Amino acid sequence: MTRFVRRRYLALKVECEEPLDRNAVSDAVCNSVLRLFGEVGVSQAGLYLVHFDEKMNYAVLRCSHKALPMVKAAVASIIKIGSQLAAVHVLRVSGSLKALSKKAIKS
Amino acid sequence: MKFSDLHLCIPLRDMTQAKRMIAKSFELGYSQIGMSLPLSIKQDVIVQLHQVCEEFGLDFVTRLDLAPRGVGELLSSLRRFRRSFEVLSVLCSFKPVARQAAKDHRVDLLSFRAFEPRRRFFDWAEAELASKSSAALEIDMTHVLSLEGFARIGLFSCLRREVATAKSFGVPVVISSGATEPLLLRKPQDYASLTFLFGMDASLALEALSKNPAGIVERNRRKQSLDYVAPGVRMVKEKKTH
Repeated sequence: MTRFVRRRYLALKVECEEPLDRNAVSDAVCNSVLRLFGEVGVSQAGLYLVHFDEKMNYAVLRCSHKALPMVKAAVASIIKIGSQLAAVHVLRVSGSLKALSKKAIKS
Repeated sequence: MKFSDLHLCIPLRDMTQAKRMIAKSFELGYSQIGMSLPLSIKQDVIVQLHQVCEEFGLDFVTRLDLAPRGVGELLSSLRRFRRSFEVLSVLCSFKPVARQAAKDHRVDLLSFRAFEPRRRFFDWAEAELASKSSAALEIDMTHVLSLEGFARIGLFSCLRREVATAKSFGVPVVISSGATEPLLLRKPQDYASLTFLFGMDASLALEALSKNPAGIVERNRRKQSLDYVAPGVRMVKEKKTH
């Protein structure tokens, strides 16, 4: 049976000069979507930060598949996390966590 | 696909920062980078930049940004400097300059002020002139990243209109970073994602990051080579004299 909401998982690499925590990254992504697409956009995106590796600054973000172009644009437009200059790069996109981890291991 | 970034704004006084930015460009997947150079630049700095790029296997492109105040100044600058740089960009702050730059075959890139929507003259007349010459529309993504609020809203609105006009007249678009520091650089795919914000197709965006800038560099290098005689005329073989 297919799921009602199709999801996409994005592997992200966060670059920042200062150490970051999960909440800061999650807030930065949400705020970026909010700034570019408004409250309706955030509600459609279904954002959830599944995982954040604080040592390596890798993150896995979940969103709705319909909102993927919006989320990718919003993630790429992040230039600050908190008060620090930062950059977030999308490494991989996949339809399941299992496939994402396989792709990440391959690359 | 090989990606190009024709507008890195590297501080040439600080070579360590320059190296960091070149290394970052390589890490992000670019194979060709263009740097905006001042007219007063010394040859040894250019050689040094060439060497750093070669270390990373990057193709280094010299670029000059002109910001003329009138048509006369533009024409004299083009006469003087066209042969010395591989890519030549004109910042069109005045309408007569924009029109002249669009129809001049020596101009490669047309750029406009991001902060002043009324001084962005890329309308249908400009696009028609540009489509008959070889000029491309340049979009600096650093402004898309760094502007906020109404300034960014205005920029998106202008870019959406300009990209649609360029598409309908067949004017190539070139997307470049315009980055002044490594954290303002993004992967080519990320820039393609960002173009969604002003209604550009992903395939066109990838062309604007790869095929279009590489084509400009290749064309100009061919023109600057010793074999080149005139448009469509190239020296194939030299007659041997005994």
